[in-house]
Amino acid sequence: MTPFHILQVAPEVIDRVPGAYAHFVLPFCVGIVFCICWLGVGLVRVLANLSSSDRKALLLSLINPKTLWKDIKDIFCDCLLHLKIWQRKPLLGYMHSAIAFGWFLIIILGHLEVWLFAPRHLYLDNGALFYPIFYRYFIWVNPEHTTLRGSLFFFLMDLCLLYILSGIGLAIFKRFRSRLLGMKHTTKPSLMDRVALFSLWGIFPLRLLAESFTADLAGGSFLTLPANALLRFLFGNNLYYLPWWWAYSVCLGLFFVSLPFSRYMHILTEPLLILLRNAGIKVRHPRKGYAEAEIYACSSCGLCIDACPMNVQKKNLRFSSVYFIRFLRRHNEKKINRIADKCLQCGKCLALCPVGVDSPAIRRRQRAAYNDVLPFDYSPLKAPAPQGAVPGKVMYFAGCMSHLTPRIIKAVLEVFREAGEDFVFADENGGLCCGRPLLLAGKDRAAKTVIEANRKMIMESGCSTLVLSCPICLKVFKEEYKLQGIEVLHYTEYMDRLVAQERLTLKKGEGSYVYHDPCELGRGCGIYDAPRRLVGSVGELRKAEKEGDESVCCGGSLGSLTLSYEDRKKITAGALDNLLANHPDRIVTACPLCLKTFSDASSDVPVVDIAELVADSITRT
Amino acid sequence: MMDFGFYLTPSSTIELDKVDRKAVDDLARADSGFRTCIACGSCTASCTAGVFAETSVRRAILSVLNGRDEKAMDLLSSCMLCGKCMMVCPRGINTRHLILSLQKYYNGK
Repeated sequence: MTPFHILQVAPEVIDRVPGAYAHFVLPFCVGIVFCICWLGVGLVRVLANLSSSDRKALLLSLINPKTLWKDIKDIFCDCLLHLKIWQRKPLLGYMHSAIAFGWFLIIILGHLEVWLFAPRHLYLDNGALFYPIFYRYFIWVNPEHTTLRGSLFFFLMDLCLLYILSGIGLAIFKRFRSRLLGMKHTTKPSLMDRVALFSLWGIFPLRLLAESFTADLAGGSFLTLPANALLRFLFGNNLYYLPWWWAYSVCLGLFFVSLPFSRYMHILTEPLLILLRNAGIKVRHPRKGYAEAEIYACSSCGLCIDACPMNVQKKNLRFSSVYFIRFLRRHNEKKINRIADKCLQCGKCLALCPVGVDSPAIRRRQRAAYNDVLPFDYSPLKAPAPQGAVPGKVMYFAGCMSHLTPRIIKAVLEVFREAGEDFVFADENGGLCCGRPLLLAGKDRAAKTVIEANRKMIMESGCSTLVLSCPICLKVFKEEYKLQGIEVLHYTEYMDRLVAQERLTLKKGEGSYVYHDPCELGRGCGIYDAPRRLVGSVGELRKAEKEGDESVCCGGSLGSLTLSYEDRKKITAGALDNLLANHPDRIVTACPLCLKTFSDASSDVPVVDIAELVADSITRT
Repeated sequence: MMDFGFYLTPSSTIELDKVDRKAVDDLARADSGFRTCIACGSCTASCTAGVFAETSVRRAILSVLNGRDEKAMDLLSSCMLCGKCMMVCPRGINTRHLILSLQKYYNGK
């Protein structure tokens, strides 16, 4: 029931249709109600498929002021302003923020306008569902009572509309010329994508037309009034405006009905993903719960296509994350498995994803769905305890891959000795794998077994610091081992610290170097600066074409289960081209796997490991 | 057993009649490495698990070709998929995929 005191409308307006209904609102109402129901069911499905501990974490995050503030900030920056896209591709960022933020503003301002001028229509029994959307149809201005606040709203609404229309213009332009907005490849839209896309393109031009047709009666500003004058010049003074309001409503309705089946679903589902992510929830099942939230939040923008290192060959485009998510959404099991197995797990798609869909993690869950049942028997294996007294010392764990590249081990040990570090070498005579390759292959139970064995060995040794020379090990030691009280360091961090503490002095040489960020070290563990400082202190550090979190996988990754040797070679060649953009004398890397892969492929430019570079540059006193 | 200073080994005769040609074909279709392997033994030499237990991709492939699939599974049960064998293979065989294919094929059989 509408309270009596707001039955009146403001003096600026005439409540032309007191019953607040016209037939043309029906398409919009059907669309929005359908969409809201769909979202409601989806929300329940996602929440029901979360484990109870995850649900509890979500609840706790929503009452914790700190995470709540982060939620609000992230939703505002990512869903409305799209700052992540702005940072990488400003024009594309402008397009997204114009449509999202502009639309958000126009909804807020529209409701504010109704609240100020005709508040009784904000009640459900008085048309609250559609009234603010079609306000200019239902209300006419009172020519005898114009005020500043009335004109201000006309101006703001037109400004927002112009803002959105500029974004829509860019979007239409991008559909035909995506390269100009910084995208080489983009996704092929499905049928429902097209329906949603064309209705999205139509909504705001139609709104402009509808409002222009009524601007002389319902008011307008710099956009709608001149348009109205033009229309009256063309069609005479009595404009027939109803068809345009119908068209606007139909277009909105069509958009909302097609929304759940199209890529534009991300507009509404991304906030849920942000809430879940900030609550610290991880993907547990490849299709349900958190994964479902991610799948529906994927905007299918296709930024991951250009990002994927496999796409140096056009035939691999179909293995990109965006198609993986699309097939997951459609439950296309056969294609999902093939795509899941192919991925290198370099994580670049995740680093560049504007929505933050962790598709590498979903792929690992998918692999686990069929590989975790495979047999294993690790009873003969053991993690040998290191010789001698360890407590309080530094422990060095080389890992499988470093044992395959003994030059790294030799250099690391030399640096240890030069710095006078009292250390023990854990797997000098062989040891267990760290477990990361098993996790990448989806053999989770097997991985847990080796992780437990290694963890026991390390915890019992009582060491204070663990230094690793393989980023693959580093990642799993940091994420899965839970080594309380033990500092886990990559040797680049450790050596950087030695230099800072002046336990090691390096002399700067003549050579120029380019540093290759290994996937697991950079994107995996966020270590970018320490290795660069080290390289910079022994020579001239040159830039690669793409580096940091955009660095290109060397092609040797253990992440892919099915990529062939020939395909890997092409990826390696592409990665080398990227590194040699500024003609360095040597390539430096910090991962035994990258070192081996690049050494085999690079014939002209020598490849070295940072440890070797440091060991060669130590000033001995 | 009494130690006589010498002992008898179980027969290592291979009955090629027992070889399941279909299994070999299926596996070769799943991973061509079963056909391209030259049995050089680089994989076995570099194996992490091989330090502790009999683990060998080379012998596993040979066992499959000789119809001894149980032996093949045994030889790979300690594998931790670390990928060193893949890095050293002169034939560019994706050994990790080969191992997983083998385990998938014979698991539960």
